[in-house]
Amino acid sequence: MNRAHLPLILVPALALLALPLVGSLPSWATLTIAGLAMGMIIFVIASGLTLIFGLMDVLNFGHGAFISLGAYVAMAVMLPMAGSLETASFAATLAMLVPVTLAAMAVTGAIGLAFERVIIRPVYGQHLKQILITMGGMIVAEELIKAIWGPQQIPLNLPGSLKGSLLVGEAAIEKYRLLAVGIGLAVFLAMLWTLNRTKIGLLIRAGVQDREMVESLGYRIRTLFVGVFVAGSALAGLGGVLWGLYQQNITAAMGAQVNVLIFIVIIIGGLGSTAGCFVGALLVGLMANYTGFLAPKVALFSNILLMTAILLWRPQGLYPVANR
Amino acid sequence: MLRTLLSEDLPKSRVLAFLLAAIVLALFLTPFLVPGAKAMGVAAKILVFVVLVASYDLLLGYTGIVSFAHTMFFGIGAYGVAIAFTRLGPSWGALAAGLAGAVLLSALLAFVIGLFSLRVRAIFYAMITLAVASAFQTLASQLSDLTGGEDGLNFKVPEVLSPAFELHPDPVLGASLDGKLLTYYLVFAAAMLLFLAMLRIINSPFGRVLVAIRENDFRAEALGYRVVVYRTWSNVLAAVFATLAGSLLALWLRYNGPDTSLSFEIMLDILLMVVIGGMGTLYGALVGAALFVVAQSYLQDLLRLAHGALEGVPVVSALASPDRWLFWLGLLFVLSVYYFPAGIVGRLGNKR
Repeated sequence: MNRAHLPLILVPALALLALPLVGSLPSWATLTIAGLAMGMIIFVIASGLTLIFGLMDVLNFGHGAFISLGAYVAMAVMLPMAGSLETASFAATLAMLVPVTLAAMAVTGAIGLAFERVIIRPVYGQHLKQILITMGGMIVAEELIKAIWGPQQIPLNLPGSLKGSLLVGEAAIEKYRLLAVGIGLAVFLAMLWTLNRTKIGLLIRAGVQDREMVESLGYRIRTLFVGVFVAGSALAGLGGVLWGLYQQNITAAMGAQVNVLIFIVIIIGGLGSTAGCFVGALLVGLMANYTGFLAPKVALFSNILLMTAILLWRPQGLYPVANR
Repeated sequence: MLRTLLSEDLPKSRVLAFLLAAIVLALFLTPFLVPGAKAMGVAAKILVFVVLVASYDLLLGYTGIVSFAHTMFFGIGAYGVAIAFTRLGPSWGALAAGLAGAVLLSALLAFVIGLFSLRVRAIFYAMITLAVASAFQTLASQLSDLTGGEDGLNFKVPEVLSPAFELHPDPVLGASLDGKLLTYYLVFAAAMLLFLAMLRIINSPFGRVLVAIRENDFRAEALGYRVVVYRTWSNVLAAVFATLAGSLLALWLRYNGPDTSLSFEIMLDILLMVVIGGMGTLYGALVGAALFVVAQSYLQDLLRLAHGALEGVPVVSALASPDRWLFWLGLLFVLSVYYFPAGIVGRLGNKR
């Protein structure tokens, strides 16, 4: 077995390991779908961050702000059509959610552009300042959200046709989670396609491997980076929408909470690695749901435990990116 | 004598020396200069934060490590004292036991986290500490039998330190000579002692190696210093000093809860104080903490005024609300990292 494929087995291995512990097949299926849905959402959010880090060596601690922002924009757009969303058919709901999501992604992407310009550009190559500045930027953004939409928790109801669950055999699978898995998978495939089959993807991958070499071949890595940053922020916005609907309520601090989760995923995956990020996100999602069912008290720390275990095995994460 | 006390690291300029002396003198005389519970509370908070911020500067400013788990160690100190007093009763033995337990736990935790993650790189450590600190916060609120959960713990301190204890029935210069005053001077003495101890550490050969690591860890390693070992030691030392600061806070407040010692907002405050005062200089901690705590205690009053004046203007008036003070701190933080990277002490030090 190739060493590179080893981490990929972890996901099914964890799922299979949980089966005898959970006991019943239907609850196991429910938990697994929930875990995968959560993992997919986390992956959508974390993927942008890990690319940004790999490409430019910038770790954006403010990434969480885009998650909150995406969720709030979606909430604001969905509010006027709440009535029709409640009764619309499945297809009509999806048709209405598409512009909602696009709006959230457009806003977070645009803010991302500004964020890169104002906050990050002056501190390239200075890790210490980057960490401090982006952290400060996140706090300012969070407070701005509170000033605009208020500090209280806002319920974000699922559209009527996405509520409830499907019965497959005896396993109850929530419709929304299934949808989230679908969207996450679609994003993942689109990203794989972009990264592996297009010229831009080739340049991004090359940039992650060796930035200076790409620059010396005459490509503007800065422009590429801005593009990745905007895309990453928009993905965080999408993730925020998905996460908000998953949790069914949103707060300004949700981004900061998810941030911790994302960092754990990125550390597990190896800084800068997309595949590692995917595996890490799924592991975190599954682990959270299994432990939540088996031992709720332990669930609060399951991610830390997972991270410790992975780092004991591979101190640099699952797929450490070369040269970093 | 003064030279030895300050470990030969005298303030770099006359203005700075004057400023420092003024702050210390003001802190020393606060109970008599500005009588009243609020002023003494603010002064005690400054003293605690001087130690806390200085210990964080040991990490950030001297070793170049960004940690988000510093409040965790601060919290361990505060909880150690609080739990010991609650469980063992208000005795000096309980204080010693709480302190010893907390310091040991902190040192061990810092050692393990450091050994685990300091090998790799600064960013890695920042992320891991963020995760660990949030887990610890959850843990503290979950173990409510031990920690009092979200409500925290109220406890009694030894007789001599309690407000009911009277040294002398008549007030002197407007300050009543009670246990609270004694506690204040205990905190004052401890804070000064700890500060001087840290000054001693950073001016030792060990401290020089830390600075070398901050400047260029690769070169430091090449010169034969085991960077991991030094970083881990610096981490442990900072954690221990933060723990002691936490226990001082608990002793002063006679209360401890997650919001007073563990919350992320305190982490942000520490960052701000370090940046405002000046990274890489312990005197910055003194100046930063004094300035920040005073501003913080009175900023909300100021915002309340501004809020009243801006009534009716959308968004802006919402931003000027006293609840949004974190926004202004965040903005101040970002601006000071850009335009004021050396902090107040750094600025003053350059002008001779």
